[in-house]
Order: sequence, then C-alpha cells, then structure tokens
Amino acid sequence: MTPPHVTVVGAGPAGLAAAETALTAGAEVTLIDSAEQPGGQYHRMLPDAYAAVRPERLQHGWRAFDRRRRRVLAHPRCTWWPDTTVWALERLAPHEPGPPRVHVLCGPADGADRRRLRLDPDALVLAVGAHDRMLPFPGWELPGVFTAGAAQALAKGERVVVGDRVVVAGTGPFLLPVAASLLEAGSRVSAVLEANVTATVARGWSQRPWELAAQAGKAGELAEYTAALIRHRVPCRTGRAVIEARGDGRVEEVVTARLRGDWSVVPGSERTIAVDAVCVTHGFSPQLELPVAAGCALRGSSAGEFVDVDDDQRTSCPGVYASGEITGIAGAPAARAEGALAGWVAGGGDPAAPALRHLRRSRDQGRAFAERLVRAHPIGAAWHGWLRPETVVCRCEETDYASICRAVTNVASAAARVAKLETRAGLGPCQARMCGPTVAELSARLRGEPLGRPVEGLPAAVPHHRPIAQPIRLGELAGGPDHIPNDTA
Amino acid sequence: MSPRRVSAQADAVGRRDRPLLITVDGEAVEGIDGQSIAGVMLAAGRLGWCRGVSGAARGVFCGIGVCFNCLVTVGAERDVRACRRRARDGDVVTLQSRKPSTPGTVQESGTEDG
Ligand code: FES
Repeated sequence: MTPPHVTVVGAGPAGLAAAETALTAGAEVTLIDSAEQPGGQYHRMLPDAYAAVRPERLQHGWRAFDRRRRRVLAHPRCTWWPDTTVWALERLAPHEPGPPRVHVLCGPADGADRRRLRLDPDALVLAVGAHDRMLPFPGWELPGVFTAGAAQALAKGERVVVGDRVVVAGTGPFLLPVAASLLEAGSRVSAVLEANVTATVARGWSQRPWELAAQAGKAGELAEYTAALIRHRVPCRTGRAVIEARGDGRVEEVVTARLRGDWSVVPGSERTIAVDAVCVTHGFSPQLELPVAAGCALRGSSAGEFVDVDDDQRTSCPGVYASGEITGIAGAPAARAEGALAGWVAGGGDPAAPALRHLRRSRDQGRAFAERLVRAHPIGAAWHGWLRPETVVCRCEETDYASICRAVTNVASAAARVAKLETRAGLGPCQARMCGPTVAELSARLRGEPLGRPVEGLPAAVPHHRPIAQPIRLGELAGGPDHIPNDTA
Repeated sequence: MSPRRVSAQADAVGRRDRPLLITVDGEAVEGIDGQSIAGVMLAAGRLGWCRGVSGAARGVFCGIGVCFNCLVTVGAERDVRACRRRARDGDVVTLQSRKPSTPGTVQESGTEDG
C-alpha cells in the first residue's frame, strides 16, 4: 500500500508538529511555507546568511524547536518547500473524495517567474497562523506606526530595530515579548501601555487559578519578559492607550490617554510622548482565507471567527484538518499539540492511540488559556470614541470614518458589499485583511446589530472570501502549472 | 533617530555580515545578505517609501506580508511586498505611488486581479 500523502501548509509551531506526527504515522509529507525557513512568527529564524553562532539568544524553547525542525526536514519521506505560497485551493466535484487541490507558486515573494505547481494530497493540514489585529486611531497611517508583530519580526528575523524611542501599546500579553525584543536589540522603550484597566486584567487572569498551573511554561516566559522591563525601568501602565499619532510625514509623537473599563477616553487625561516609532497590537486575526477557500465551516466566538474543528482537528471539509491560531488564539504550546494531533490523524494514525491522550489534554489546557486571554484582554466596546470623522479606517483606500458612517447609515447601501463598493473600504491591495474586521464591527454598531454574528442570509465568512488567496501575476496564471509532483512520485 | 540594524559587534547572536548593495530610485543603499528589501530600506533610515491614493507616505506596517503597504518595484516586477522579498546584491528598486497621475484615474496596483 502506498503511504498517504499529507500536505501541511504553514511551518510554524503547529505545522511543524503536524509534519512530524504525519511522518511518524507513515505518511509522505509536503511541508509548505511562504518563508525561507520554518518557524513561523513564533520561532522566526535569522537568515542563514547571517551565520549566527548563538541564534538561541532570541528564542524561547529554541533547542526543542531546532531538534524538531532538523528531524522533520531531514526525514526521507518529507519534502520541504520554502518560499512557497498557496495561491488557490480548488474544490473538487462533490462526488470526488478528498481535500481540495492545492495550487502553489515557488520562488521569491511576488516574483514574476515563480514555478507554478499543483498538489493533489490525500489530506491537507492548514496551519497558517494569525496576524496582528489593529484598531485604527488618528494618525495610525503615518510611517513609523507599526504593528507589534512587525517590530518583532524585524528585530528577531533580521536584527533591525524600528526606532530608539518606542511606545508599545494595545492589549494582550504579546506587548511584553515585543517590548523585550526591542530592549534586547538596544532600543529605548518609553512606555508599555495595556489598554485594559487593572480590574479587567486581574479578573480575567485570577479566575480558576489551577488552570494556569498547566501553563507554567507560558507563565515563566511572561515572567522573564516582565523582568526585562523592570530591569530597564520601562514604565508599564494599564488602562492607558495611544489614541493619536502625530508627525510630519512620519510619527514624531503620540497622544496617550487614560481609558475606562469600556475603553472610553477619560477627558483631560491626555499626555504627549515624543517617539520615533510606535508598535500597537489589539490581539490577533486568524488568516482564514485558505480555510474558507477549502470550504471549512467557521465558528463565531467573543474573540471573532475561527475554523471549527472536532476532537481530532478535522474541519467540516473532508480530508482537511486545521491547527494552531486559525482554530483559536491559544499560543505556541496549544498550537503544537493541535498540530501533532492533526498530523497524526491526517497521516492515517489511529485517533484512539493512547499516546494522544496527553496531546488532547495540553490542547484543551491551551484552549482554556485562550478563553482567559479573551476575558483578560478584551477590546472595549467604546474604543471607537477616539476616532474622528477624518480618521483613516481603510489604510489602502484611505476611506475615513465619516464615509463609513455615511455609507452604513444610508439604508440603500446597508448590505456589506454595497457599502464596500461605495466607500472602497476593503477594496485595496490588502483586500480587507487589515480593515475588514473593523469595518464589519463599526457597521454592525452603527446599524445597532449584535456584534460577532454573521449577517442573516450571507455566508459567515464574507470578509475572508478571496478567490485568489495570494497575488499571482497574469503571466504566471497564463503559463499553467509545471507538473504535478505527487503524480510522478 | 530612525530604524537601524543592530551592529554586528554588539549583537548577542554573533553574526557575520556580508554586505550587499541595492539601488533605490537610483540611489545606492547598503544592506547585508539575508535582509528583506524593507529591512535594508528601514536600516538606511527610510520609513515611508510608497505613496497612497492621496499621495501620503506609506511604509512597513504589518511586516509579514498582510497589509500591502510596503509595495515596491524590483527590476521589472511591480507590486513586490518589500517585507517579504529578500534583497539581492544589485537589486534595482523603484518606488511606487497609487496616487492618480491624471485627475479621475486611479492607478491600480493590479496584484490581486482575479
Ligand atoms: S509591511 Fe505589510 S505587507 Fe509589507
């Protein structure tokens, strides 16, 4: 019997773990990532060309990651495709079993002559991760305003620091590692601002403390970052946010203000801080375009929409498994456990194998941790109070808040699609990846509808539906695929 | 001050830099092998390099290929995400603008035609 072929998309903590267990189960594995190296955002590696002798200095759990990476990439049944983007998933006819066909482009990002290939796997594991969610504020479009993830990627991935007087702001524990990497790289962090008030954070973290014991590794990691902040005497405040960035052609100062529990601004509490960069995050958005393209059902939660999976990480779509941040923002340990489960089952392993018991347990602990995270670091309902009519909401098309309000309150254009066309919000090059959740939330609020629920009569995932998941050039499209690697194998 | 690269001597990871040279709108910009085009431009003190629809400057925002705010032309290839593309010695980078050149026409970036 020929071993099943498993394609794993994404080589971060979840994808790498999936590849490893699929190999253990006996499968042929193709591991795909758009980066040159495995690791994803969490274990973002330095380029080989840097010839770093102590890469572990920048990484948590480097040794275990490094061992797994070597084991997987050197495995005779594993094919590693770096610099590879999945640009489309093609669903098969209903009577044909199996996951969708995977169309990829191999070569330098957005290059003109990448190789176009096609895979027809027996199982597909999606582990594509998440990116920063960022709420708009006046001036957030100025150069020098970065997502926290950008600052982290530049510092860890190529040793570039975004500035020398930096404010790190937003909500969630991710603020800490970002500030710590900036400090490690020698910049001065002027302040770390958590928008939620102490009471919200404390309530979220202190309930059912026994659940936290299981996340001792994560807690230790956070304690280390906190120690770094104390050592560098970085002022850390809760209930405070960046509500405006100002500058001539680039950010020069930020206005911070005290927030109430619901994130409404306390009048008169504004302060100005001179900066050369500001890094902001308001949590993470899962990258849902591939799961949606595959036809996977989503589930709504207070933290937004995620891919719905069963106890074995199966999605609603036959042969398609999901793991990591696309099923819920639960951190690297949970992502690894989910990936390991998904890979094992996708590779033909027995879902009842006793060894899976501890994986399921650590996945479930990770999910409990995720729920806590949402309770401790919610986005306050009154956040939009800091928007002004002229504040840019869609960065690509420069659609401002006033135009969105006008389009939404105009009944004739109240359907999301129509509003999109009228304002152009979400129609720019990023295809609403950045502003989509914000526009959806503002629209629902302005129409007085409940949040987080899909609009009646429309598919749940409208904002994530992109027929072309990643840019492909017309020349590449016209050229046709080179060959089908696993047909010739 | 502006973004900068941690100096190799001071870097705890112990790296060995191999310099490379690209041109940005004709101006020579030095980077090191392994960097992204965005990293090279940031470390050279450039923050905003493309122009949005109103002509306002944009540069790196998400850093991981999601926001498309960092688009540049590399050689003959338009709309390359600078944060995702490795710089190669000799790359010729040209800056882009989405600002309509004649009133009423929007110069589309054309990456996502589908
Ligand atoms: S900075 Fe967002 S795509 Fe490059």
